[in-house]
Amino acid sequence: MNTKNDSTPLLLNALQMASFANEGVLLCADMVPQELNRAVHEDEKNLARRGYEFWDESTVLREVFNLPQVQGAIQSFVGANPIYDHSFLHFVAPGNLKRQNWHVDSGTFNTNPFHFDIQAFYFAHDTPIEMGPTLVLPGSHLRRATYWNIGRYKNIAGQRPMVAKAGSIAFMHQDIWHCAQANQTEKTRYVFKVRYKPAAEQQKCFNLEGVDSPEVKDMIGKQQPWYGSDFQKDWLQKLEFWRHLSGDDHLHFS
Amino acid sequence: MTTHRQRQQLLFLCLKSPELNSEVVAWALYDGTLPENEIQMETGDMDIPPYRSVLSAMRDGWRVIHIPPLPYLYQGQENQLGYLPHEYVLERMVNV
Repeated sequence: MNTKNDSTPLLLNALQMASFANEGVLLCADMVPQELNRAVHEDEKNLARRGYEFWDESTVLREVFNLPQVQGAIQSFVGANPIYDHSFLHFVAPGNLKRQNWHVDSGTFNTNPFHFDIQAFYFAHDTPIEMGPTLVLPGSHLRRATYWNIGRYKNIAGQRPMVAKAGSIAFMHQDIWHCAQANQTEKTRYVFKVRYKPAAEQQKCFNLEGVDSPEVKDMIGKQQPWYGSDFQKDWLQKLEFWRHLSGDDHLHFS
Repeated sequence: MTTHRQRQQLLFLCLKSPELNSEVVAWALYDGTLPENEIQMETGDMDIPPYRSVLSAMRDGWRVIHIPPLPYLYQGQENQLGYLPHEYVLERMVNV
């Protein structure tokens, strides 16, 4: 992840956005300098007002989300001047072995299936597999499924724990299948989530250079291990999503 | 005379295709032999499926009790995708 000292937002490149279009999640390492991570982690542990109030309470957290590389990533998904929806400081207590069922975060759909909110999950401390980072199913974000109706599944080929180093931010499509996992360590696991809505059409919001490159073509066509006999429909949906994000309805990969 | 109390185990296997020998892509076990305070199979606790296919599970004594109908393709929505389509349900009765 590039960083920059001035305040110009640093947009994501076409290959990063193609990866998001294919998987519904983009994990960006080294987004936040370590001194800010340490300061936010201290606030996570010590501030009295957390949960929905942490955003207002932690000055240093808001500093993180004003970094040009963070602003640029958010702008790449939801355009300039996005609308703050809500935020929450999640935590899983040490030794909490309860795992959440698979779910998506909404019971309704946007009228346009290619409109989406973006959820940024900021890791202020290292989150190894033992701490139970959120489990996601890459490629599930364009499936028509609501809330807890996917709760009968337990394990799915290709499921991926969001293992992350301090300073990483995972950007997730609002409809990706996911679930919280068990914390098998003696430390509390924190992750801060903030959700933004678009204020404008989500087209051409990222760095368009290479939007039709062979690398992007391969990324859009990447198969997930759980795809079945309808894999061509999965591919078509990702292609249509990419056409929408790129603002080019006639983009072809042939 | 010995009386056996039996409990049901349910195994959900989602396949790549409707063919019973095709690859398992999602799985869940609900075990009626476990008491309330024991942990059932949970999300993310197993990266390898217990069986390669439904046929493989049948060879190990599981009985298929539900064969999913093929997805109906509604006109105008033929390319829509939702839940995992080829979900077979198998059972095994276990003496406790």
